Amino acid sequence: MADLHEIQDAKIAADMLYESDDKPTVGDVEIKNYTINFGPQHPAAHGVLRLVMELDGEIVERVDPHVGLLHRGTEKLMEARTYLQNVPYLDRLDYCSPLNMEHSYVLAVEKLLGIEVPLRAQYLRVLFAELSRISNHMMNLGSHIMDVGAMTPNLWLFEIREDTYGFFERASGARMHMAYFRPGGVHQDVPLKLLSDIGDWVDGRLDELFTDTMSLIADNRIFKQRNVDIGTVSREDAIAWGFSGPMLRAAGVPWDIRKSQPYEVYDRMDFDIPVGTRGDCYDRFMVRVQEVRQSARIIKQCLAQMPDGPIASTDRKVAPPLRGEMKRSMEALIHHFKLYTEGFHVPAGEVYVATESPKGEFGVYLVSDGTNKPYRVKLRPTAFSHLQAMDFMMKGHMLADTTAILSAIDVVFGECDR
Amino acid sequence: MNYPKFSSNEGVIEKAKAALGDALIEAVEKVGEIQLHVRREATVDALRALRDTPGLEYQQLMEIAGVDYPDRGEERFEAVYCLLSLTRNHRLHVHVRTDAVKAIPSATVLWPVAGWLEREVYDLFGVLFDGNPDLRRILTDYGFRGHPLRKDFPMTGYVELRYSEEAKRVVYEPVQLAQDFRSFDFLSPWEGAAYQLPGDEKAPQAPGAPTPAKADEVKR
Repeated sequence: MADLHEIQDAKIAADMLYESDDKPTVGDVEIKNYTINFGPQHPAAHGVLRLVMELDGEIVERVDPHVGLLHRGTEKLMEARTYLQNVPYLDRLDYCSPLNMEHSYVLAVEKLLGIEVPLRAQYLRVLFAELSRISNHMMNLGSHIMDVGAMTPNLWLFEIREDTYGFFERASGARMHMAYFRPGGVHQDVPLKLLSDIGDWVDGRLDELFTDTMSLIADNRIFKQRNVDIGTVSREDAIAWGFSGPMLRAAGVPWDIRKSQPYEVYDRMDFDIPVGTRGDCYDRFMVRVQEVRQSARIIKQCLAQMPDGPIASTDRKVAPPLRGEMKRSMEALIHHFKLYTEGFHVPAGEVYVATESPKGEFGVYLVSDGTNKPYRVKLRPTAFSHLQAMDFMMKGHMLADTTAILSAIDVVFGECDR
Repeated sequence: MNYPKFSSNEGVIEKAKAALGDALIEAVEKVGEIQLHVRREATVDALRALRDTPGLEYQQLMEIAGVDYPDRGEERFEAVYCLLSLTRNHRLHVHVRTDAVKAIPSATVLWPVAGWLEREVYDLFGVLFDGNPDLRRILTDYGFRGHPLRKDFPMTGYVELRYSEEAKRVVYEPVQLAQDFRSFDFLSPWEGAAYQLPGDEKAPQAPGAPTPAKADEVKR
């Protein structure tokens, strides 16, 4: 009890001291830091992000991002399903670029299996991965523009995004969650008309709409005022904070996994890596704008070079037989049955395979114990390291800059929270 | 081969052995990737050596993956640090073993990004990190109990929540499953499964014709 009294006495003394010393005189306004909640239900939070922000007036002092509100236990669920059944879970991670998520996963499985993927399948994967990169960037650029105050460009860019969804639907049957990349290849071959339509679209509608939109934005005074020198990150910081993708390139590091660690047929493609100079939100935006152009280049090269041939591995222990074959061959029927019940066994081992997703490095750390289900799948989200850096990127900025910085990170919570 | 190709693994193990000294337990190359198994107490020193030694230069920590191996006995957890060298264009992973009590020295002194990555491993596996300034849960709910990615944590969890019209708020209740959780095990009994099927009168018999090499016997 004595202790309590002492504490209380000390408090009273401190209060008296405070009142006597710091009492505001007439005309002074007393300002204290206060804390506000941003989200989790906020249109500019790009999903369910909760930011606990400490403000001094309108200046942000400290940000504590709370993530995990969309945690669905994907990694745990994947441990209880076969390798093939897991593919659709990947779609639901980054739902803006589902094919790029699948890409890392199927490559990891293929690396453990050690199988060859036919050339046409590799071209198809690159083609659709780049289409989905365009689709992702349309979503991100559009919402970035809208978050800093312009409405029209977003609607135009969503037109492009809708077109890509049309192509995805024609290839896989689903607009959003395609499950198109399978271990061993892709699920279905595409008709020639689809490829020629994609070619026409890249040269025509995409070029036209995108150029028009960017002519409104890229040199816009208001847009620049909201983005230039906002959330600047130096090269050293970007590397130490584990940045990847456009965030790293905007900081001036010419690092792109498609170029430096080429997978599939990216080593046959001729494309450039856009790099920023200042590492601010405007650079990140412009890096993505240039990436759309480069993706269009890659798509055109894919269309020109794509050979005929099988679209999935001919190893019937991994890839299913054709339906027509199944009607006539007993062997094919057995393979089909075994693949869709037991699945295939993957040799024991562990790999970390990362690809360049539109948001950065999306990696899959896969541990196999030799059975038909993965022992452990660790998905490396791109947003985790970027969001963690929110605190130091936001420090000293105005509250209104939150949305610009958040949009320039390009965060999707399906992927961040898994 | 179609997966991402980084620079050659040649000579990396020798360099790592020289730089890490007795911190290294063993170094293996499997499936084209180098794994360095490191003593827990020396984790930070080993990672610092990998980052700062010329010729190794792993500047970026991309990921810390937790893995639970209950069969390994005492030290059942493994933290896997995936490192990337931007200048040498190379990747490797560093493995550290621990249990639920002994803490791994935190890598936050080397890379600030380790903060959240360690929080995630702590949240999902209950592995402790000594020196992490902010070791809170990150992915699971506020006030969550248990560590869901441990192998002995049930898939369905222990609590479920719903909006209660009477209480006018979200309430937490013990999980009640309308039907049992079904785990479909399609491992074929004549190839992979170690268990015996109920009512399988053929089980103890000698195997018939030899089956071709199975995927799970192929070590890669």
